[in-house]
Amino acid sequence: MDIEETDQVTGRRTTGHIWNGIRELDTPIPRGILLFLIVTHLFAALWWLLEPTWPLGTTYTKGLVGSDQKQTVEQNIAAAASARQAWTTQVETLSYDEIRADEGLMAKVRSNGHQLFGDNCAACHGRDGKGGHNYPDLTDDDWLWGGGPEKIAETLTVGVNSRNESSRISQMPSFGADQMLERKQVLDVAAYVYSLSNPESSTASNIGSIEAGREVFLTTCASCHGEDAKGNADVGAPNLTDNRWIYGGTIERIIETIHGGRQGHMPTWDERLTPLQIRILALYVNSLGTEKP
Amino acid sequence: MGQLTSGERQLGVVVLVVLAIIGIAMAAGGRFDPIGIHGVLVLVYSLALLYVLFSQAFGPEPDASRFASYYDDPIKVGIGLTLVWAVFGMFIGVWAAAQLAWPSLNFDMAWSSFGRIRPAHTTGVIFGFGGNALIATSFHVVQRTSRARLADQFSPWFVIFGYNLFCLIAVSGYFMGVTQSKEYAEAEWYADLLLVVVWVTYFFLYVRTLARRKEPHIYVANWYFMAFIIVVAILHIINNLAVPISLTHAKSYTIWAGVQDAMVQWWYGHNAVAFFLTAGFLGMLYYYLPIRAQRPIFSYRLSILSFWGITFFYMWAGSHHLHYTAMPLWVQNLGMTFSVMLLVPSWASAGNALLTLNGAWHRVRDDATLRFIMMAAFFYGLSTFEGSFLAIRPVNSLSHYTDWTVGHVHAGALGWVAMITFGAMYTLVPSLWKRQRMYSSALVEVHFWLALIGTLIYVFAMWNSGIIQGLMWRTYSPDDTLVYSFVDTLLAMYPYYMARAFGGLLFLIGAIVAAYNVWMTVRFVPGVVDATADKPLAADAHDDATPAPAE
Repeated sequence: MDIEETDQVTGRRTTGHIWNGIRELDTPIPRGILLFLIVTHLFAALWWLLEPTWPLGTTYTKGLVGSDQKQTVEQNIAAAASARQAWTTQVETLSYDEIRADEGLMAKVRSNGHQLFGDNCAACHGRDGKGGHNYPDLTDDDWLWGGGPEKIAETLTVGVNSRNESSRISQMPSFGADQMLERKQVLDVAAYVYSLSNPESSTASNIGSIEAGREVFLTTCASCHGEDAKGNADVGAPNLTDNRWIYGGTIERIIETIHGGRQGHMPTWDERLTPLQIRILALYVNSLGTEKP
Repeated sequence: MGQLTSGERQLGVVVLVVLAIIGIAMAAGGRFDPIGIHGVLVLVYSLALLYVLFSQAFGPEPDASRFASYYDDPIKVGIGLTLVWAVFGMFIGVWAAAQLAWPSLNFDMAWSSFGRIRPAHTTGVIFGFGGNALIATSFHVVQRTSRARLADQFSPWFVIFGYNLFCLIAVSGYFMGVTQSKEYAEAEWYADLLLVVVWVTYFFLYVRTLARRKEPHIYVANWYFMAFIIVVAILHIINNLAVPISLTHAKSYTIWAGVQDAMVQWWYGHNAVAFFLTAGFLGMLYYYLPIRAQRPIFSYRLSILSFWGITFFYMWAGSHHLHYTAMPLWVQNLGMTFSVMLLVPSWASAGNALLTLNGAWHRVRDDATLRFIMMAAFFYGLSTFEGSFLAIRPVNSLSHYTDWTVGHVHAGALGWVAMITFGAMYTLVPSLWKRQRMYSSALVEVHFWLALIGTLIYVFAMWNSGIIQGLMWRTYSPDDTLVYSFVDTLLAMYPYYMARAFGGLLFLIGAIVAAYNVWMTVRFVPGVVDATADKPLAADAHDDATPAPAE
């Protein structure tokens, strides 16, 4: 349809086309829009002039500024690293005891340690380091492999049951499943271990089982956990008397552990973290623990 | 399908039998692979359609008088499917949002894990809801603005049912873990091949219908629908070039490699936003806005400027999705400058729409349907500004990989795409089914406020969350170390994730209200004999020469 007419609201002429009742006004493009259009194009042209933009066969226009993304990143990383050196060289050269004595330096270690811990350790040990089912709590005074910064740094570096050649190795055998102990012996030793941290569980009715369990413990378990069951940090054997449990402390969980065995795993971090970062994390994790050997 | 001729019915039977055979072959050959399950799906789908076709196969030939009216049956089916996909896709979206706040809501099952339901949500809403809405409205608009009946009766059914089979295969595949791992192009090779056939049919149907037009000029809405159809075909084919590991396996490998693959993917991804979610819906806007407002388009010249600006500049902008990556800096800069130049043509469209409302603002106040359309134009302007802004490299260094991107997408998807669709639906449904009005204008009002409040909650939550996240990632202590770990940022985002799930839930409830309202309109609202909304097809071009009084 081609009928030109005037729109009474705007006073504009229509283009004269009609589609199913739809008309169009012949309004010129507003000046503001044209101006804005020119501004954005000038911005683009300026950017083309200054920065790398247009391809030229096998190369491209470098621009007057001539930025290079890779160089910029490398420079930024180097600048940040050199700014950090004010305190990181101290962490690298001073002994752990000297660092821990320097409260100002420890504040920096804790700040950076929090971020490193969150990005590397928190997935298993929790954001607050309190661990969870199957993962040790790092905030108490109970350490499988020792809680001094040197020991923690060693654990971080080689891991536990990891693929590192010098990995810490620890295994709780599956005494029941591999038939090293009979069913009754498993139940007895579980009752004994449970009674160590739950003395009230020892009653006249099960005292015989607990006593029998103690005999089994001394011949079978004491080599790793010690005759006093207080564990051995040289082989990563946990203290069984303190009512702190990695795999659960109910009698059912203890039976499950003795029957099926346990083998924890901690990755080796020496490929992912720098020696400096491992030192910072060792100090940070040590500072989480309530007892600081 | 009551108007199909015996020849068209026979063609339908042949196509469906061939499809059923393909389904059997897929099921047999791929019996140890997810493609086998898709074979069964194809078989069941084609048998169901065959049943419908056969139940009418021996009816009389349709009356020749059908050529005097528009062919609207496929549009009605398309609208129904649009609403079904809307409710499905948005439900999955709310679920995915809830999983981010409460991760155990995946119930420890593989099919319901976030990585699988997330593409089910995006495909469900973009292709299921958006795609069906575009196909249905484009069939409506092209007929009305060309004053021509669709070029044939078989192709529209083929397009609608073929397209929905693609959507079904795609979404069911994600639940089984079938994916190409390309964002918005996750569907595997056999689904992609089906879509190529469907899309080419769509293209030829559209062009043939336009060629039959009785109007001397092609209306703007059709420019946009044509751009949508042509460019999506190009994007889809190039980005999905892949080699399947065998014809009986779902898995394929793309022919693109390394940074070229990333560039092709985001050239596709960005132009899917540009030509699927923008050009197509601008076509919708350009028809239903002036119809509903009963106002002429503000400026034809502005339409030309924005159409060619958008189609030209969008094509270059994809690399802004890859700022600060292995993509060469010059490609990033080029994409960034073109994104900035894209701003004014985009705003010209939004401005053209809003200025068209001059003289009709009292209608915007009273009519929730027109308010949907107005709000859509507003959100279109908002998200295109945000898009150009986020494309600037230094801004992007803060926003990239954060929830700001998610907020930006949803300002566009909820505020623009969904609102214009619902505005178009409420205009189209009474006119198409020849009903006096929608069943309940109060429910349209309720839907409008649910949609607007839901969108605002969602978008504000994601802006806050995204900017906090971006700032936390880059916060350095005076000791020149990072202050926050990633998990610290998750904790900071938690309240916003809950707010986002709530905003999405409101939007979903709105969509359910819309589906109910449409259903009740079709079932219970009295019809009108005099459907004056459409100019009669057969009328001579000069019958309606008398200018209607302007408002």
